[in-house]
Amino acid sequence: MSEKKFKFLHYVNQFYGQIGGEDKAGQHPVIKPGPIGPGIALEKFFEGRAEIIATIICGDNYFAENQESTAKEILTLVNKYKFDGLIAGPAFSSGRYGIGCGTICAKLREKLKIPVVTAMFPENPAVELFKKDVFILKTGASVSSMRSIIPNLSKFLIRLAGGEKIGSPDDEGYIPQGYKVNVWDKERGATRAINMLLKKMKGESFITEASVPKFDSIVPAAPFSKLSEAVIALVTSGGIVPKGNPDHIRASNADKFAKYSIAGLDTFVSDEYESAHAGYDVVYANNDPNRVLPLDAVRQFEREGIIGKLFDYYYATVGNLTTVSNAMQFGYDIGNELKKSGVDGVILTST
Amino acid sequence: MKLEFGKIKIENIEFSENTSIKNRTLFINNEELCKCLKEDKNISEVEVKLARPGESVRIIPIIHIVEPRVKISGESNIFSGILGGVNTVGEGITNVLDGCAVMTSAKDIIHSTEGLVDMSGPGAKYSIFSKLNNVVILVNPINKLDKYQYEKSVRNAGLKTAEYLGKAATKIEPDEREVFEYDSIINAVHKYPDLPRVVYVNMLISQRQIDNTIYGVDTKEILPTIISPTEVIDGAIVGGLTTVPCHRNTTYHQLNNPIILELLRRHGSDLCFLGVILTNELLTLAGKERASLHVSQIAKMIGAQGAIITEEGAGGPDTDLMLNCKNLEKSGIKTVLIKDEICGQDGASQGFADFTKEADAIISTGNLNELLNLPPMDHVIGSLEAVEKLAGGSHGCLHEDGSITVETAIIMGCLSELGFERITTLLK
Repeated sequence: MSEKKFKFLHYVNQFYGQIGGEDKAGQHPVIKPGPIGPGIALEKFFEGRAEIIATIICGDNYFAENQESTAKEILTLVNKYKFDGLIAGPAFSSGRYGIGCGTICAKLREKLKIPVVTAMFPENPAVELFKKDVFILKTGASVSSMRSIIPNLSKFLIRLAGGEKIGSPDDEGYIPQGYKVNVWDKERGATRAINMLLKKMKGESFITEASVPKFDSIVPAAPFSKLSEAVIALVTSGGIVPKGNPDHIRASNADKFAKYSIAGLDTFVSDEYESAHAGYDVVYANNDPNRVLPLDAVRQFEREGIIGKLFDYYYATVGNLTTVSNAMQFGYDIGNELKKSGVDGVILTST
Repeated sequence: MKLEFGKIKIENIEFSENTSIKNRTLFINNEELCKCLKEDKNISEVEVKLARPGESVRIIPIIHIVEPRVKISGESNIFSGILGGVNTVGEGITNVLDGCAVMTSAKDIIHSTEGLVDMSGPGAKYSIFSKLNNVVILVNPINKLDKYQYEKSVRNAGLKTAEYLGKAATKIEPDEREVFEYDSIINAVHKYPDLPRVVYVNMLISQRQIDNTIYGVDTKEILPTIISPTEVIDGAIVGGLTTVPCHRNTTYHQLNNPIILELLRRHGSDLCFLGVILTNELLTLAGKERASLHVSQIAKMIGAQGAIITEEGAGGPDTDLMLNCKNLEKSGIKTVLIKDEICGQDGASQGFADFTKEADAIISTGNLNELLNLPPMDHVIGSLEAVEKLAGGSHGCLHEDGSITVETAIIMGCLSELGFERITTLLK
């Protein structure tokens, strides 16, 4: 049985598409049959397993200035072709060309679910915009690295189209996409740990399996000049919600927070409130939710005039195995809402 | 100390009139087992179900997992200080029903930290328990039973079942024998003066009513302590019910602790294994600081040069882990940490809640948030509806056809921070 021959498209700018230089950067997208420019070299390295059936050419300025509409135009242009993948560029350090390559790769991948690959210099500004969605192979800054990148681009797309698994950025030569996936190592964690320890003790080199996290340093707000006039809000990550958890906040890795009215409420009663949290023993919290979120005590402070007023809503989420990115987002969103509502200070309770 | 495991391979489980082992099949007298479990007056009903590798079976919610065993020689029962009086374990001969596990479950969930195991399909490749012959005990409590009493009764039902089934292996000739020897530290160091001296710091989560116990002592109540590795793999630790399933160390995990087994096997060849320090993970910062200082103190006293540290749980316990790392490294003891990561469903968030710059050697056992689509199974043991309330599940995660979309966190033991499985993360 003969192997299937893949049909690919290639995207280039006006220069590599042999239409012209900077004076033709306003060129609208066109599509021409067969390979052109770098595409001819790319095709050689398919080793007969694929062909470039057409080349899309678009001016750098035209694309960079109208990204959304240009992408749509190109989608219409490629409509009449049946193809299995796309190579864009390489764009090296050219920012506008990089944006064109990145946009067309991301769009075709999203709309047509086909494998795509491009190549750029790691400092090309388009890398940050597209690296998460698109494989971007690493090139040098200038066209002088064309010769070395061409075979890699060809082989990479053949592998993607063939459904092969792609390994780590270091092994495969693409720019790290910034997300982690679960994979199976050859050895169990225990064996890897003991081997790593012996290397570390002997002063040999080893590769840690987790990257160093970055934590923000938060400057505390200035103290109140008059607490007796301040509006105070209650916010908790201890999962105190109306009984039945009406907003379905997840017991771990919550993806949202909710706000509930406490206007006119003096205390949380156990028949009406509970904790939705899976990370601590909620028996005591369910018996008396005030011990996680001290509504009763703050109301007393309000009555005694120690604080000005308790805000009419409280905010709740579950802080259990929550990702740092979700937690940061909740913080910004709750903070902004409270600020807009004229709240001066917050009592945050965790568990 | 000399401990011999007599491994009796179990390749099938069946109900029968007599509880016995023949030709690698474990036969179970259902009635007798249930009667034995109902001696606990807190239990009103018990049902026993069997789940074998490759079957289209989903077990949910799973509360605890144990390996059936029997002590052939030595003074103790298999769970010293829990099922009977206290005697030192870790010596003598223990017969193990290798390839078999006892899981406890209940019709309703007690805590949202209970887990799931699929016996076939894509979920089965995540967990060692999918490859075992599982005896599942479904327990119903008496009316209005206190939640903690209920938890305790459920856990003990599993331990008792393991003891009951283990007895069937008393007179069976093992398929394989493995001997573990653990000498005094001073002798070990004299014998292997040139080998790197390694200690293992086994962190036990201790944040709930039913926690890890050591010879029956709740780990909330301990100062870090040193223990023989053979004691750990012979039943000194009974697992608790705290933290989400993927990284909860059940009793089964500690009995088969892969760090201990490998360090014992490599002792005298490329390392000198000094012993195990058991420590806890308390809720207070003062408790975390005290425990970590004490861990490094013990490690220094016994002359350790390197330490493997395993966490249990994540989030708050990251602080315990990092303090242990920092204080050991400050004492000149090199460390390797094992933990899982919380990177979000998109895998893009940073994985830890705490960190220290000394933690330059970490083994990752995987991202617990990665989403899985698990197809329906023909049979469910327990209650599939529970999935929406469990950690790793969410409202709407159970689809009409019985398939589920869940985070990896829900699969029992799959990201065990003892380094049980081969899963790790790859940065794409």
